[in-house]
Amino acid sequence: MALLEIDRLRFRVPERVVLDGVDLTVEAGEIHALVGTNGTGKSTLAYLVMGCEGYRPGAGEIRFDGRPIDALPLHERARLGITLAWQEPARFEGLSVGDFLRLGKSGVDAQDCLHHVGLAPTDYLNRMVDKTLSGGERKRIELASVLALAPRLVILDEPTAGIDLLSIGEIIGVIRTFKAHGAGVLLITHREEITRIADRASQLCGGRIVCSGNPEIVAANYRGRACLRCNGEECHDERN
Amino acid sequence: MSEIDGLLTALGSQGVDRAILADVQTAHVMASGQRLLSLRRVPGLTLAAEESADGIVADIRVARGTRLAHPLHLCFGVLPSVGRQHIRMHLVLEDDAALDIVAHCFFPNAERVEHLMDAVIEVGAGARLAYTEGHYHGPYGGVTVVPRATVKVGKRGLYRSDFSLTTGRVGKLDIDYEVEADEEAVVELTARVFGHGNDAIRIRERLVLAGRAARGLIKTRVAVEHDATAEIVGITEGNAAQARGHVDCMEIVKDRAMASAQPLVKVTHPEAKVTHEAAIGSVDHHQLETLMAHGLSPEEAVDLIVGGLLGTRDESRIAGTGRAEAIVWKK
Repeated sequence: MALLEIDRLRFRVPERVVLDGVDLTVEAGEIHALVGTNGTGKSTLAYLVMGCEGYRPGAGEIRFDGRPIDALPLHERARLGITLAWQEPARFEGLSVGDFLRLGKSGVDAQDCLHHVGLAPTDYLNRMVDKTLSGGERKRIELASVLALAPRLVILDEPTAGIDLLSIGEIIGVIRTFKAHGAGVLLITHREEITRIADRASQLCGGRIVCSGNPEIVAANYRGRACLRCNGEECHDERN
Repeated sequence: MSEIDGLLTALGSQGVDRAILADVQTAHVMASGQRLLSLRRVPGLTLAAEESADGIVADIRVARGTRLAHPLHLCFGVLPSVGRQHIRMHLVLEDDAALDIVAHCFFPNAERVEHLMDAVIEVGAGARLAYTEGHYHGPYGGVTVVPRATVKVGKRGLYRSDFSLTTGRVGKLDIDYEVEADEEAVVELTARVFGHGNDAIRIRERLVLAGRAARGLIKTRVAVEHDATAEIVGITEGNAAQARGHVDCMEIVKDRAMASAQPLVKVTHPEAKVTHEAAIGSVDHHQLETLMAHGLSPEEAVDLIVGGLLGTRDESRIAGTGRAEAIVWKK
């Protein structure tokens, strides 16, 4: 039994069907990359798994540890060990980085978490998680906060967006840390080099999984516009 | 319980160390209603206070070049459920003087209480005044608080005020501050208020950047819930070359509460620049969901966001929610 099982998931907004029967699994200790162009529903899938407001499946089921979680509110899913690192992390006035990393959990080594994402604790622990942080700094702190939670399933929505090229390796190291500790990782990305660290990958196009399996093959399909659904017509642009 | 014991108890209940009032190196004025209970002077500080028909008249002066090492504590309040306290204060910092004032205002039982403050404040050239005022109100909302201040800040002077009313019911609050900043002076006005029930909050602050390169910030953080109302007016005028001002107002509205913000900027010199930002709305959804993804309940998340905005965060939210203790990874 996989840690996360997504079964024939369907979701629509008034204008269109966003996800049209998606099947996907993530095992414990596995990195599963999800690739696809902008607007194909990758983040929507993340919000459905996390249980964000306004994101309830029209059909299908999401199971965690074999248990359906569709009826659980977001924070109850988090308490089961599911969490999400957002593509655009929120900023908080009056909340220090150290306190943010200790949210909801005692015994956290905040310094260690910051070290892991390449930030010096002395420089950051007492800074505020507000608009004084750059986009890249905030992104790293988001990842550090997810590390601090020691989740069982982590959804990473474009974890390298806003990160300078020289630091991509550190982010890859963080992703591998999740795997090393037995967590399942659903990794949403555009970057091929990030896709390659996955154990499995799936390509999403037009709300459907069109290709799934070996990350090299999925990445090659994506790069080569070899989409079985749209024949590259919809999958061809906005790739990094 | 005597009035002085009552005020000391109130002070202690808010986490303030009562021993500060026994410290011979720390100046203080303590008054309950119209009664002056205690006063201590320290070298370099001229402090005169006397009872009036409806309150206290205080004259405070810091001599030129004197920089007091310890804050002056002003401990005011009305402990009974009915009463009135009118503070008239004239505060002068002579050139290059420095003073921190910490004002504690207690109205724990107020059902029909008025607290009025009329202050005239002069901050001399190169002088520095930090005025922190914390209000601690009871649950009935029967207080009317009306602080008025006229402040002049001299060349290269610094005036920083921080008003907070986040404990208990506000009642009616009507702040009106007028501040004028001379050449290269720096002014920061911060107000943080949390309104509940049918509390009515009005904050009007006007900052005139009159001198060259004067700088100023008006920062207002207000949260209102239930049927409370808030009306915020922040006025900044840039009237000299290189004057720089900013108005920053954020309000969180819950339930049936209503809030308005009017950041007004006026520039009369082509080399002055004044900016403003105002945001009013419910608790930010993205913030809320981020905290919930960390295992906080919606209520805990809202408390944390509002507490962060108002600077009153409950530390117990940081570690120890209902989330099951997870494994701490060794990396």
